[in-house]
Amino acid sequence: MDQPLSKVIFGRLTWESIPLHEPILLGTFLVVALIGAGILGAVTKYRLWGWLWREWLTSVDHKKIGIMYLILGIVMLLRGFADALMMRAQQAIAFGANQGYLPAHHYDQIFTAHGTIMIFFVAIPLVVGLVNLVMPLQIGARDVAFPFLNSLSLWLTVAGALLVMMSLFVGEFSTAGWLNYVPVANLQNSPGTGPDYYLWALQIAGVGTTLSAINMVTTIIKMRAPGMTMMKMPVFTWTAFCSNILAIAIFPALTGAFALLMLDRYVGTNFFTNDLGGNPMMYWNLVWIWGHPEVYVLVLPAFGIYSEVTSTFTGKRLFGYSSMVYATVVITILSYLVWLHHFFTMGSGASVNSFFGIATMVISIPTGAKIFNWLFTMYRGSIRFELPMMWVVAFMLTFTVGGMTGVLLAVPPADFVLHNSLFLVAHFHNVIIGGVVFAMFAGMTYWFPKAFGFRLDEFWGKVAFWGWVIGYWVAWTPIYIVGLMGTTRRVSHFDDPSLQIWFIIAAIGAVIILVGILGFVIQIAVSIKNRDKLRDTTGDPWDGRTLEWSTPSPPPFYNFAFTPIVSDLDAWYDMKERGYQRPSGGFRPIHMPRNTGAGLIIAAIAMVLGFAMIWYIWWLAALSFVALVATVIIHSFNYNRDYYVPVDEVERTEAARSGPLAAGA
Amino acid sequence: MSIASEANLDAELHAHGDTHGHGSMRSYLFGFALSVILTAVPFWLVMAQPIANPGVTAAFIIVFASLQILVHTVCFLHLNSQSEGGWTLMAYIFTAILLLITIAGSLWIMYHLNSNMMPGMPTGQVANTP
Amino acid sequence: MATVTAQTVPDPTFHLVEADDHAHGSGGGTLLGFWIYLMSDALLFAAVFASFGVLSTSYAGGPTPREIFELPLVALNTAILLVSSITFGFAMLAMEPGKVRTTQAWLLVTALLGMAFVGVELYEFGSLIADGATPQRSGFLSGFFTLVGMHGLHVTAGIAWIFVMLAQIGQRGLIVPNKRRLMCLGMFWHFLDVVWIGVFTFVYLLGMLR
Repeated sequence: MDQPLSKVIFGRLTWESIPLHEPILLGTFLVVALIGAGILGAVTKYRLWGWLWREWLTSVDHKKIGIMYLILGIVMLLRGFADALMMRAQQAIAFGANQGYLPAHHYDQIFTAHGTIMIFFVAIPLVVGLVNLVMPLQIGARDVAFPFLNSLSLWLTVAGALLVMMSLFVGEFSTAGWLNYVPVANLQNSPGTGPDYYLWALQIAGVGTTLSAINMVTTIIKMRAPGMTMMKMPVFTWTAFCSNILAIAIFPALTGAFALLMLDRYVGTNFFTNDLGGNPMMYWNLVWIWGHPEVYVLVLPAFGIYSEVTSTFTGKRLFGYSSMVYATVVITILSYLVWLHHFFTMGSGASVNSFFGIATMVISIPTGAKIFNWLFTMYRGSIRFELPMMWVVAFMLTFTVGGMTGVLLAVPPADFVLHNSLFLVAHFHNVIIGGVVFAMFAGMTYWFPKAFGFRLDEFWGKVAFWGWVIGYWVAWTPIYIVGLMGTTRRVSHFDDPSLQIWFIIAAIGAVIILVGILGFVIQIAVSIKNRDKLRDTTGDPWDGRTLEWSTPSPPPFYNFAFTPIVSDLDAWYDMKERGYQRPSGGFRPIHMPRNTGAGLIIAAIAMVLGFAMIWYIWWLAALSFVALVATVIIHSFNYNRDYYVPVDEVERTEAARSGPLAAGA
Repeated sequence: MSIASEANLDAELHAHGDTHGHGSMRSYLFGFALSVILTAVPFWLVMAQPIANPGVTAAFIIVFASLQILVHTVCFLHLNSQSEGGWTLMAYIFTAILLLITIAGSLWIMYHLNSNMMPGMPTGQVANTP
Repeated sequence: MATVTAQTVPDPTFHLVEADDHAHGSGGGTLLGFWIYLMSDALLFAAVFASFGVLSTSYAGGPTPREIFELPLVALNTAILLVSSITFGFAMLAMEPGKVRTTQAWLLVTALLGMAFVGVELYEFGSLIADGATPQRSGFLSGFFTLVGMHGLHVTAGIAWIFVMLAQIGQRGLIVPNKRRLMCLGMFWHFLDVVWIGVFTFVYLLGMLR
């Protein structure tokens, strides 16, 4: 092999791969580098590396892992939203002779990165984070079924996010949309690193998500407190259960699709090529088998959050618990039968289109049932319009509209006109923002005191709320309008000047959302600063109904000194009604898992493997693959994975945390 | 770990139908014998072609394959309705349904896409397009 | 131990007071969790099977099944894998009463049969590629090599896992965690034989009938 040495060592990585000629990227890199250096510097100055490693990076505690997922989601939200602001700015000005400031090739990467980041590295981590934090507490468990796998899943997701972030500064990202569509993503059309960054980042993160889902499902089946039958589980746990079952079912389809595309790109196979027997539509088929159920993976836990919040802040048991459960299960199953509605226009014909169109319309029915249940819960309840409840109301008013535009799109002839228009883009932002994002804010506000021991500042929370709600409507209503007028998506320049006003309004809306996002960030900072004033001393700041509120805030690392025995739905409410008293003695040793760095290390090696494969650095890829297998095998030789917390440590912890709660009760 | 707790865990592995059932020599040998037959017959049907109609042959070997999968599931994987409180069986059935939807749905959709987007082209010609 | 007077002891109505550990400790969920993982692996194979199915007649003017499949070799490989399922079963039967050496012996036989299986497959792939029937030649061949290859990779991983278990059983004997791991490995191994039924039926046998 007569290649120059630099090609052997560095693959296709060269100095040209670093975009020194792109001022926006250069500026971004400087800011990121400065912030990064600042954080690393601060950690070093205050000698926190040991603490960071022991308490967080090697933690297998579901609460800490949940918090780290949430931090990842919030940080990536800032990146994904920056992409959104850039697109809105471009589309507001790029009319006629004005080409805007983003060349098409750059714009294409931005919308691809925006979607990829928002779904895979914001929505999924936020949902997984809240499920991690809350679900084991709700079922009376001390951790999830597989604590080490939980840690591994987190770090694999982080590794994927880092690969996407790297693509900003080294090489380029995909231009094929958030699903990396072929034929654009075929090797012939995109020979650069774009699709490869996408594929490796998501394969690595996808393994994390699949393992996490298996973990959560096993936890819910096996680790519920005695007396908590399936039909006595909190609704949020039910939705977490169904959502994770769905995730297990669908991620293999995505993994398969991506693996076949990787084979096409690396080995020259002909799965999705245009010649030699390939069939690009099979890629679309497989990714949408994943893609449609995925949105239900996201929205079901969101619905679960709304159920918990509505019930707590109206002081009533949730109306129609059984029908909520059945609706959730029906949605889970039906969501697997509708995927073709994402490509009605690709020519599958009347019989196929009718089947999937009708199935899509049917799936709106159980969702409608849920909305009625929430309304009936609120009816004649004493509603407290604290922030979480405000988010619920905003969801009801916003999401319903998005659901209706979805039913409109479900009609194939209508979709023939609206497919790939901005109407579609407005629809899915409507349901994702109104449905999932609002739920994440509701859930974070609701459970923040449990996680950290103090509430969030209310004023800045309201700034965040109104920024998001007003901003959403100002940003997206114009997009519905231009979509109905026929504007196509993923376009960076327009010729029709009559559209410009709508894009300007949309850009203003995006800035209002920015106010909302900044309000949220400030809220966290202010709350930390004022944490003593905002302290939660009871463990139950909202007068909750489920078991997580029976613990101190934050809970001791083992959650429960004694496993609770459940006799009714809304277990904590039931315990309060029956005169529950906190025990202060009689403690026993508690069986807990040990921390381990193996998850972080395996994920780090996986990231190096991904980077090496993207840049064709074969020696590094081979080395990291061997290291990966070796680490997994070596880790399997570690049998010392758990220990018993001695009684006196339990006593001390309980006296410090639960004592004040018992005294105050 | 103390012997007592090991015994606990050992008991746990056997209690409540938690395990995925135990094999016995009989079930393994019975499963093996059935599998041999359910493998040999389809191979013979294809290699010797005693049935003229390939469609009928195909139907036979698909049925035999489905039966053999069931034999493996019961005799080797020891799947039953008790293990893990019925959850293993439920997971298996759910997976089987999704498998069928994925494969049948994909074939149905792709067949329609192909025939609509390349009208007038017979399959043989499509197959041999370079 | 000096304690505060008047401690509130746990009320058995609200709290589990005896040693629980049962399903709340580690290991209670391993077998179910692994089974669920196998179901996800089955769906991964489903996606690749579906892709093979869609491309199964896309010969692109290249080799067709009848031109390249050697059924006697496939029959031999099927037999090897089926026997390896039985030998693994024998290993599990020896594991129950804790017979370490017998278990290891049957595991080794299983691994050797697995290696023979993979070896035959590599030979088959090698001769196909030498004849110009490469994975790049057509969609059909891409699907064939990937589906059969993916199964073969799983078998290879299983073989590696057997060797790791041989070492771990050698080191610590048939302790409970090792028994649990062997049960998972057994599920994995039998699962791969189930997938192979699908492969030899839908790829090889149906391919010859077309």
